[in-house]
Amino acid sequence: MNSLCKTIKDTKDRGRVLVSDGAWGTFLHQRGLQPGDCPEAWNLSRPRDVSAVASSYVEAGSDMILTNSFGGNPFRLAHFNQESRCFELNKAAAEISRAEASRARIARSELPNAETSRSGAQPEIFVAGSMGPSGLMLAMGDVTEQALYDGFRLQADGLLAGGVQGFCVETMSDPVEAICAVKAAKDAAQAAAGENGWSKELLPPVFCTFTFAKTANGEYRTMIGTGVEEALGAAKEAGASVIGTNCGGGFTQMIEIVREIRSFDAQTPILVHANAGLPRYEDGKTIFPEGPEFMASMLGELVEAGADIVGGCCGTGPDHIRAFVKVLGNLHKRARDFAN
Amino acid sequence: MGLQGVIQGMDERVSKILLCVERGKVDAASPYPPDLRGQEGADELTRQALAAGAGPDEVLAACDEGMKRIGDKFGAGKAFVPELLMSAKAMKAAMLHLKPFFASGQVQAKGVFVVGTVAGDLHDIGKNLVAMVAEGGGWEIVDIGIDAKPQKFLDAIASHPGCVVGLSALLTTTMANMEKTVREIKARHPGCPVLVGGAPLSADIAVKMGADGYGKDARQALESLSAFAGRIQS
Repeated sequence: MNSLCKTIKDTKDRGRVLVSDGAWGTFLHQRGLQPGDCPEAWNLSRPRDVSAVASSYVEAGSDMILTNSFGGNPFRLAHFNQESRCFELNKAAAEISRAEASRARIARSELPNAETSRSGAQPEIFVAGSMGPSGLMLAMGDVTEQALYDGFRLQADGLLAGGVQGFCVETMSDPVEAICAVKAAKDAAQAAAGENGWSKELLPPVFCTFTFAKTANGEYRTMIGTGVEEALGAAKEAGASVIGTNCGGGFTQMIEIVREIRSFDAQTPILVHANAGLPRYEDGKTIFPEGPEFMASMLGELVEAGADIVGGCCGTGPDHIRAFVKVLGNLHKRARDFAN
Repeated sequence: MGLQGVIQGMDERVSKILLCVERGKVDAASPYPPDLRGQEGADELTRQALAAGAGPDEVLAACDEGMKRIGDKFGAGKAFVPELLMSAKAMKAAMLHLKPFFASGQVQAKGVFVVGTVAGDLHDIGKNLVAMVAEGGGWEIVDIGIDAKPQKFLDAIASHPGCVVGLSALLTTTMANMEKTVREIKARHPGCPVLVGGAPLSADIAVKMGADGYGKDARQALESLSAFAGRIQS
């Protein structure tokens, strides 16, 4: 078993970049999920449809995929009266992604040049458990920190039971909530490591990404007004070993945010899951303005700014990931040629 | 920054209410904002001001101004969602004391604003924000919640003749439901003003889907809403 921690470190040391996945929800809707349905419930009721999304990303060349568990905390599940199934829905989410990742790994390792044919990383495809926000506001007294921690812990325990090799706490706005989620994931990982006798290297790492918007005076802030340094500093302090940003207002802004992160943190690996721009609703359809070619064309700049793991968020799909893999393959090849 | 800066020509207590609303100081027990901990808030000050003979309309105007100031800071990226929500909460505390004056007709509410997040969408932060700011702005709020089917909107409109309706949606997948709801409302209640809001929208798209107004954020929603203040009939 390879370690996600080690892979991230080795990839970074070699000056390379890992490719993550893109959006999930859109593709579940395409497969018949209705607005108002609980996406996580499909992990048990329609596992084949969820597998198909996971498989589309491994086929596109992702080094790491997430799980169908973004809204898998008990607070979100409660909207669908599914909170009592929190553990099992998250476990199933992890199992589905792991099964697809393992299947693809075997297929990829049969390629003659498996080591170098992709973005230069090892052939193992990792699974990180997605953990989105609760939707509740601590500042308004909607929920307590303890309740948030307990809820996220239950989710993290479920994801670990299903085999995730890391956690991706994402789309955070409130650093206090992010701390609860990161600590819950970290504690769950440590408990599992104790039970299973995992070495420190196999301890599933916790990633934490926030969503920032550009204010009228040009600063990046979360919805509740937290700046980039404060938000990511809190996540790191709580135990996140990869920090970054997801969702957001398009690729150009993501590059600016990564530059800002690198201005106060030169070392910590950065993960970026970028939207395909801000969605527009036109003639009964939702349009995301940034296509695979556009986003891929900006990827070099994002990597140069300091991103270590790149993928997509709302509006992106396997085509975006395929375009990323291609561009990164070229970048890596160029770096290799230069070194030689 | 404390509650200094009494407004010229305004009763000192009333101007303090304004500052409580602007800073989100709800009552003496509220720990927020930290620099005003232990001081009286909008709740106590409004009660005292009215008991001392301040006019309810004067108090309402002060609240309005407080909300306008925090709204301007929000629009300029100098205040954020929690600050705006706390201001709305402080305004609400003041409004509770003004309720009897509304009931007696001494002060007029601007109208009824029915708000809901459209079918299939569970996001309520945006909707709540708009509702609280509108309530702070003197509107009576009827909140029909999240995942509200078109019929729920139609029922609320029928129960509140002359109301304005606000639809919220954040998910790109629920935009179509928003358009459908707007069209159903317009088919049944052509005179009922409909406002929409949500990340994938713009003023242009709002008009295209048949809505009468659009708010980029809670502050703009309130501005759009003001155009329909004091309407009597749908």
